[in-house]
Amino acid sequence: MATTTANGIAASQRSPSLGRGYWLAGTVIVLALLPLLGGKTGIISNYGFLQLSLMIVYAIAVLGLILLTGFNGQISLGHGAFFAVGAYVAAVLIDQANWPYWATLPVAALLCFLVGYLFGLPALRLEGHYLALATFALAVAVPQILKYRHFEWFTNGVQGINIFKPDPPFGLPLSADQWMYLVVLAVAVLMFWIAHNLLDSRTGRALRAIRDHTMAASTMGINVAHYKTVVFGISALYTGVAGALHAIIFEFVAPDSFRFELSIAILVGAVVGGIASLPGAVIGGVFVQVIEKYADALTKKLTAAVNLPLDLEPWTIYGIALILLMYTMPMGIAGGLALLWRRLRGS
Amino acid sequence: MHHTTRRLLLAGTGALALALAVSPVCAQKNYDEGATDTEIKIGHTNPYSGNASAYGTIGKVIDAYFKMVNEQGGINGRKLNFISYDDGYSPPKTVEMVRKLVEEDKVLFVFQTLGTPPNTAIQKYLNTKKVPQLFVATGASKWGHYKENPWTMGYQPDYVTEAIIYAKHIMANVKDPKIGVLMQNDDYGKDYFNGFKQGLGKDADKLIVSHVTYEVTDPTVDSQMIQLKNSGANVFFNITTPKFAAQAIKKAAEIGWKPAQYLNNVSASVGTVIKPAGFENSQGIITAAYLKDPTDPQWANAKDFLEWKAFMQKYYPNGNLADGSNVFGYSVATLMTTVLKQCGDDLTRANVMKQAANLKNVDLPLLLPGIKVNTSATDFYPLQSVQLQKFEGETWKLFGEVLSNEAASN
Amino acid sequence: MEQLIQQVASGLANGAIYACLALALVMIFVSTDHINFAQGELAMFSAYLVWQALEWGLSFWLALPLVALFSFLIGVGIERVILRPLHHAPVLSVVVVFIGLLAIFHSLAGAIWGHTIKAIPSPFPHITFVGSGYIGPHQIGMIVVTVLLLVALFAFFRFTPLGLAMRAAAQNPASARLAGVRVDWMLALGWGLAAAIGAVAGSLVAPAVYLEPNMMASILLYGFAGALVGGISSPGGAVAGGFIVGVLENVIAYLGNLLEKTTGVYVIGNGEKLTVALIIVITVLTLKPSGLFGQVSVKRV
Repeated sequence: MATTTANGIAASQRSPSLGRGYWLAGTVIVLALLPLLGGKTGIISNYGFLQLSLMIVYAIAVLGLILLTGFNGQISLGHGAFFAVGAYVAAVLIDQANWPYWATLPVAALLCFLVGYLFGLPALRLEGHYLALATFALAVAVPQILKYRHFEWFTNGVQGINIFKPDPPFGLPLSADQWMYLVVLAVAVLMFWIAHNLLDSRTGRALRAIRDHTMAASTMGINVAHYKTVVFGISALYTGVAGALHAIIFEFVAPDSFRFELSIAILVGAVVGGIASLPGAVIGGVFVQVIEKYADALTKKLTAAVNLPLDLEPWTIYGIALILLMYTMPMGIAGGLALLWRRLRGS
Repeated sequence: MHHTTRRLLLAGTGALALALAVSPVCAQKNYDEGATDTEIKIGHTNPYSGNASAYGTIGKVIDAYFKMVNEQGGINGRKLNFISYDDGYSPPKTVEMVRKLVEEDKVLFVFQTLGTPPNTAIQKYLNTKKVPQLFVATGASKWGHYKENPWTMGYQPDYVTEAIIYAKHIMANVKDPKIGVLMQNDDYGKDYFNGFKQGLGKDADKLIVSHVTYEVTDPTVDSQMIQLKNSGANVFFNITTPKFAAQAIKKAAEIGWKPAQYLNNVSASVGTVIKPAGFENSQGIITAAYLKDPTDPQWANAKDFLEWKAFMQKYYPNGNLADGSNVFGYSVATLMTTVLKQCGDDLTRANVMKQAANLKNVDLPLLLPGIKVNTSATDFYPLQSVQLQKFEGETWKLFGEVLSNEAASN
Repeated sequence: MEQLIQQVASGLANGAIYACLALALVMIFVSTDHINFAQGELAMFSAYLVWQALEWGLSFWLALPLVALFSFLIGVGIERVILRPLHHAPVLSVVVVFIGLLAIFHSLAGAIWGHTIKAIPSPFPHITFVGSGYIGPHQIGMIVVTVLLLVALFAFFRFTPLGLAMRAAAQNPASARLAGVRVDWMLALGWGLAAAIGAVAGSLVAPAVYLEPNMMASILLYGFAGALVGGISSPGGAVAGGFIVGVLENVIAYLGNLLEKTTGVYVIGNGEKLTVALIIVITVLTLKPSGLFGQVSVKRV
């Protein structure tokens, strides 16, 4: 019997069967071969690889949030802050210290872990809504913090930092976009694999226990404070690595790139994807990247087709889409698909 | 045998020569991606959403203008296909949308992208790809550096030039100036401020007694205005965007602070700034202008104003007739069509750039009298002239001469 | 010294805006246990309705109650139609719905009325009085209205049967039902009241900050800060929190400027107002996790 919590997630999670593992490996291999299959034949353009890379980057960012909020019950509306830290770490190291792009990722990971851990300490004292709003305040303050006068010597203030996307190494016959796609894919596979193992381990069970019933968990001897702060750090680490990759892809960081809309987008992606599921993170990442374009395109079609008395804007469509999604699939798309799958299997 | 071949050869050469002489134009059709016999694709990004959304109207008025051009037959027989995307003033989004424009929509060039950070983010990409980044909608002084970025060109008089003009006016007209500056804390604000200090010369730090900033996320600038008043300043340089400009002017009056006021051109629109701030609070404010204000009765019967008004009513009826941005967009769209006309049938990116850098005393509708567009291979600042105007009664009154800074290109 | 008084006065005026919004937030939280992220945009939309009413010739003090009533109905409608199916949905799904509402109201305002700023004249009489140099009639008006609202709400909850029913529904829905309280309608009532308060807040703010779709976005943030500092379960606390945040942000900026002027060292200034709000929030919550006046919730094991 599955019990539900405030987050509405089943308290028991089964590890994937071996068959699923093979499916997964196969998908990853196909994805890795896309530059060969799609790129060379021209089916997927460089812009297409850019889109795919961004979907994967946002999937990593959403995964970070899911680890904290879905699996540990700590609501964060401020993950854009960690995204920004990761992005700036990468940009500063590349620009000022001439580091190679791949070396910036571990440093971004480490620094973001630290920042997340430090934020997790006061967060221990905050209950659900308070934590949500406190993290939201953090998200909102990010551009200001980035513009802070005493940080300007390395952040370059409002002008932002320009960096260069790497060229494929060893003279591989790939475009820069295709190479970044492979890099992002490799990082994502690694991080999802780590997350999966983490959630399947004692740590994962402890995290879920804390989420479902903190008092019982601590009574059973779980060091709640330790786990909660560490997972905050891990969550920040994930989103920070995504931020670093994002900076390298776009070759530019500026305070304006990290307004609070980013934190909201990551949260929406996590909830729409499925707040407590790894596939949900992937769906969430795709959603974040894709929804604005669909809203935009739909708005343009509607405006052309129907003569409305007002100047319809894409955000209206976006808002309606969010509400409809939450009606039909309050557990996220992953949850909705899982439900469908169970119904089909059951009947 | 020889005879026949030679005759054939002569005939052939003659025919060829005749053909070339008769149709010089036919032989010159040259297209890059985005241009065909029937269409020119123009790319554009604008903040239609987010906290700079007030500027979204510029994209709409440009779209309306190109529709008008198309209805009147297009340019050299080609229709203009204006593709504009929302970037929300977020640099990564701008990069993404511009890449889409160039790589998916395959536009010929990108035009009037708005905002300094967005344009900074796309500048390297466009220059590497050799796609023109024309008439960018920002006055930052860095858009005319044709040597490093030969595919980028600005449009409006740059902020540094404008600020220097204010500085010089203050030095010449205010006795014992003590200057207070309110500055938006971003690239645009800093550009104005640096130009201002440059204009004040070596005593800048002594003359500026108070320099306060604000963020676009601040609800009001009341606290900053109080700080400025208490600094004892008798001159106020107002580097703000429209909403905050109106707030600042109103607050200054409310707290009884009456300095000599200089307002940046970005917020000089009567309909969107001065009227909300209150006419009685705005007497004596000085700004530098290059466009006619649409609410100014002195232009009410001017031919270009009437044409603009008719255009707005027919093609952009939702547009605000009191908003200076709608004049701005109209004028730059006119410039764009002029450049395209000049290209003729050579619609390569290189030629578009070349023609944009080949504008001699071009007059645009609604430019103030005496101000013309000038560019050359070494001058990538199309507009470098402004005229000072002072707010009196309910309108701006021009005074002095047209001031130019044509030497500012490098 | 004079500047300090002016900054405090200006801070109180801003604080009134934050307090009003914080009050609306707390209304919804107390009655439905949800944080309404769309509160700011609803308030902004209501302000646009007031502007439209003024354009149609009504006076401000006629338009405001009408729009407040209309907003009340919109609030009730939202709760009954949009939120009712989600009563048992996970918290975060409801948050996403709020974000959807935020997006819809924000863009509808822009779509209907455009993005250029509009001015609403201040409804308070333009009289000069002692202390005019410190605070204007509109600011005093805002503070007075905020306090009046708080008093009215307090009286409503304390002394009217309907208020009692609402409190019962919020604290113990099951028992309240048994006592005959229509709990579902109490939730809707909470939303309606919050929307009406938001309408008042938005309409009073607009004359000071100018009406445009982004008007409430930053104010909402400070409203949240105020609600957090005061305690989101306490209306009086939220109002106090709003005033505290308003005053503190100005005073700290003032002190920072003073420091810079006297010692040349820049630590904090006008560019860090949001950061200051964030630090205040975190400091208060670290010391008092339920806010200054909030109640510590006791959970049964």
